[in-house]
Amino acid sequence: MNRYPLWKNLLIVVALLLATVYALPNLYGEDPAVQISPRSVQLSDADLQRVDAALKAGNLTPKRIERQGEQLLVRFDSTESQLKAADLVRKELGRGYVVALNLAPNTPAWLSALGAKPMYLGLDLRGGVHFLMEVDMDAALKQLRERTVEDMRGFLRGEKLRYLTVGLEGEDLLVRFADEAERDAAQKAIGRQYPDLDLLLREEGKDSFIIGRFTEKAVLAERKAALDQNITTLRNRVNELGVAEPVIQQQGDARIVVQLPGVQDTARAKEILGATATLEFRLVEGSPVDWDEAAKSGRTPVGSRLYPQRDGGSVLLKRQVIITGDQIVDAASGIEQQSGSSAVFVNLDGKGARRMSEVTAQSIGKPMAVVFIENKVETVEENGQMVKKKSVIEEVINIATIRDQLSNRFQISGLDNGNEARDLALLLRAGALRAPIEIVEERTIGPSLGADNISAGVKAAVVGFIAVALFMILYYSLFGVVANVALFVNLVLIVAVLSLLQATLTLPGIAGIVLTLGMAVDANVLINERIREELRNGNTPQAAIHAGYERALATILDANLTTLLAALVLFAFGTGPVKGFAVTLSIGILASMFTAVIVSRAVVNQIYGRRARIKSIAIGGY
Amino acid sequence: MKFVPSKTNFDFFGRRHIGYAVTIFFVLASIFSLATKGLNFGLDFTGGMLIEAASSQPVELDKVRGALREKGLDDAVVQHFGSSSEVLVRMPPREGVKQAELSGQVLAAIKGVDAGVEMRRVEFVGPAVGQELVEAGALAIAFVLLGILVYVGLRFEFKLAFGAIQAMAHDVLVVLGFLSFFQVEFDLAVLAAVLAVMGYSINDTIVVFDRIRENFLKMRKASPIDVMNLSINDTLSRTTMTSLTTLFTVVVLFYMGGDAVHGFAYAMIIGILSGTYSSIFVAAALALAMGLKRSDLMKPEKAEAEADQSP
Repeated sequence: MNRYPLWKNLLIVVALLLATVYALPNLYGEDPAVQISPRSVQLSDADLQRVDAALKAGNLTPKRIERQGEQLLVRFDSTESQLKAADLVRKELGRGYVVALNLAPNTPAWLSALGAKPMYLGLDLRGGVHFLMEVDMDAALKQLRERTVEDMRGFLRGEKLRYLTVGLEGEDLLVRFADEAERDAAQKAIGRQYPDLDLLLREEGKDSFIIGRFTEKAVLAERKAALDQNITTLRNRVNELGVAEPVIQQQGDARIVVQLPGVQDTARAKEILGATATLEFRLVEGSPVDWDEAAKSGRTPVGSRLYPQRDGGSVLLKRQVIITGDQIVDAASGIEQQSGSSAVFVNLDGKGARRMSEVTAQSIGKPMAVVFIENKVETVEENGQMVKKKSVIEEVINIATIRDQLSNRFQISGLDNGNEARDLALLLRAGALRAPIEIVEERTIGPSLGADNISAGVKAAVVGFIAVALFMILYYSLFGVVANVALFVNLVLIVAVLSLLQATLTLPGIAGIVLTLGMAVDANVLINERIREELRNGNTPQAAIHAGYERALATILDANLTTLLAALVLFAFGTGPVKGFAVTLSIGILASMFTAVIVSRAVVNQIYGRRARIKSIAIGGY
Repeated sequence: MKFVPSKTNFDFFGRRHIGYAVTIFFVLASIFSLATKGLNFGLDFTGGMLIEAASSQPVELDKVRGALREKGLDDAVVQHFGSSSEVLVRMPPREGVKQAELSGQVLAAIKGVDAGVEMRRVEFVGPAVGQELVEAGALAIAFVLLGILVYVGLRFEFKLAFGAIQAMAHDVLVVLGFLSFFQVEFDLAVLAAVLAVMGYSINDTIVVFDRIRENFLKMRKASPIDVMNLSINDTLSRTTMTSLTTLFTVVVLFYMGGDAVHGFAYAMIIGILSGTYSSIFVAAALALAMGLKRSDLMKPEKAEAEADQSP
């Protein structure tokens, strides 16, 4: 009665083999490596030779250089030579390549070929930064309204429709007309041109108004666009920073998670990711005398605005923007030859270049200003309440006389130092954020703490396993050994499934595995106690084994399913590390049901099932 | 080997008043502690910032405090962490300063005292995020309770389900009570432990209930009290055994798992002890107090028997 059919035994063997193969990569460890990928061009053999030569010149011998598709992976024995090599390679290859530090798994080729990979370690185990960023949707919508006002002025003028003013009133666009006839003429055109606006009409005194309000659909679309574009921009910026295996994900409808494994310089990472700096080019209005007068009186001529200058003082600029940072396709920092000061060299896209050459051709001899714009959001306590304060820094960093017609390439000088030029160039390359973002959560783990966490977790797992195993053998003798075999298989299965799913392993995740080890023997305890009970009731050993397994099954199912329920809720509500705990707990519960019921039974069958009759079984007495 | 004799015959229900007294004491003490001392919520829930740094040599806290004061960061709490060469700086959410700059300032201040200091960990949680985590955590506990109520209600019987839920609520309350009394920091990992305790507690209780159902069907003449007594005695060996193995692993985690899982392991230890106690003394007793009868568990069989008799 205690024999499994052949197919069942085979099935178990196959499952064990698979589990072993997919758990194996975790035993091979990782190499500190430098990961090199070209930004736009294809990776060539020449690149490989350049890297090789640069390393040789620096007296560094890599363990291995591998080419993986469009990527070059240079492995080293120590973190020290890895860091040195990254610097050398960066210098040699220049800006056209992303050079990132990485921990490359040392998985043997035959395992990789089977798709086996080691577990994916969370930031608390490998070190790095986790940011949760919130997109300022109010600002995004405000920008949308302001853009539309600007646009509508141009549209009405272009269509030769007469109007008095276009402005904003709260969340509404307000177009004022001198009389109803003019308004009615414009209404149709506006309705056609701006399908995203719900139009209302209003009379006040002798003026007539059209009130435009964005439809709910348009607002939703704008929110989504703001989020999507911010994610894209963040991804570009992360690429610029040179991070291997970054995670950039949407969370909820206004938040973005950014995880940068291995990044230690968090201050710079934060500055670059959160910066909303962008540029605008505008023509200057009037002369220094006019600027001073406007600054004193606070009154500005029509079509112009007063801007502060970085070096002090104010300047009047025309309201109309020539080009914005969005039209910049490439930017590099460098030194301006004439003055020797830091500068950013800029390339414009086609549209920007056309506009630039148009405007500059008409304005040769006139001054043009570069405006630096940065949005800042900070949470401030006000009367005991946390309030978000927004401020926009707008300053003119450079005014230069247009000497020639400019087109797609030119330079911006007037930056404070090389670092500022470098960061500005980076931000211009990566693109602007559509809406400002605020960091609402940050978790940084240093690399040494990550390593400590791993070793503590592994040690706890090993000691916990040995303690439980010894105890089980003491208590249940041979049946304890069987339970331990099942427990070990359980551990291998958990590791294999985690590796296959590439689920993130965190320290609480390891705690979950350790906890599972303690709870997983429960099923075997239930079974063994049942067998003892059946023996006490006078059953033969064979019958007792059979009945013990059969009867314990319903209890095991009920008990485990309820625990699984708790684990699933934990997964649904948890974030980050807690989710990791829920994942390992769930996998552990499922794996333990398989190993405790089926694998341990197979082992017991092998031991006792061959003979028809046995006198006694080694279950530690009954 | 055995801890519990093969055939125990403890009269758990005859002496259930002692059990009631102990239970009521712990529940009331927990409520009292939670009401007066409250939970020591960690950064995850309150918001604020934490910076952990380590040096190769002992760091003098007064110097760090002085350096922070110079930068106007008076409200920072500075303490040693683990050893005298590790420093932990905590700060409440601050006004007027960009968080990104703040952690840099603190780190620079510590580096000014000891240049060899290395950043180990920085955590910052915005106040709004903390509030959301509190809500999500409370919701998670509520959902687990509800889900298990429904599952046990359908699989067993609703009086038993209520008994199980109350036993589980008892365990959660006692764990929270201990955390509050000893002011253990309540962070996300501890919340995970509380939810895991719920899973463990129900697991333990279900095993007992399973036996109660089985014995009710087997012993048609016995009184409900006898059936419950016998069921708990039957499963006593298993209950203690599983509690011990789980306790082993959690104690190992407590001592070897590192600081990050310390609170987690603490909560689990209390939870396992409480869960074991409640599955023996609380769950079944409550179901009985709610008037559990044999007929409550016999419905399916009755229906079958009637079906057999019908022509």
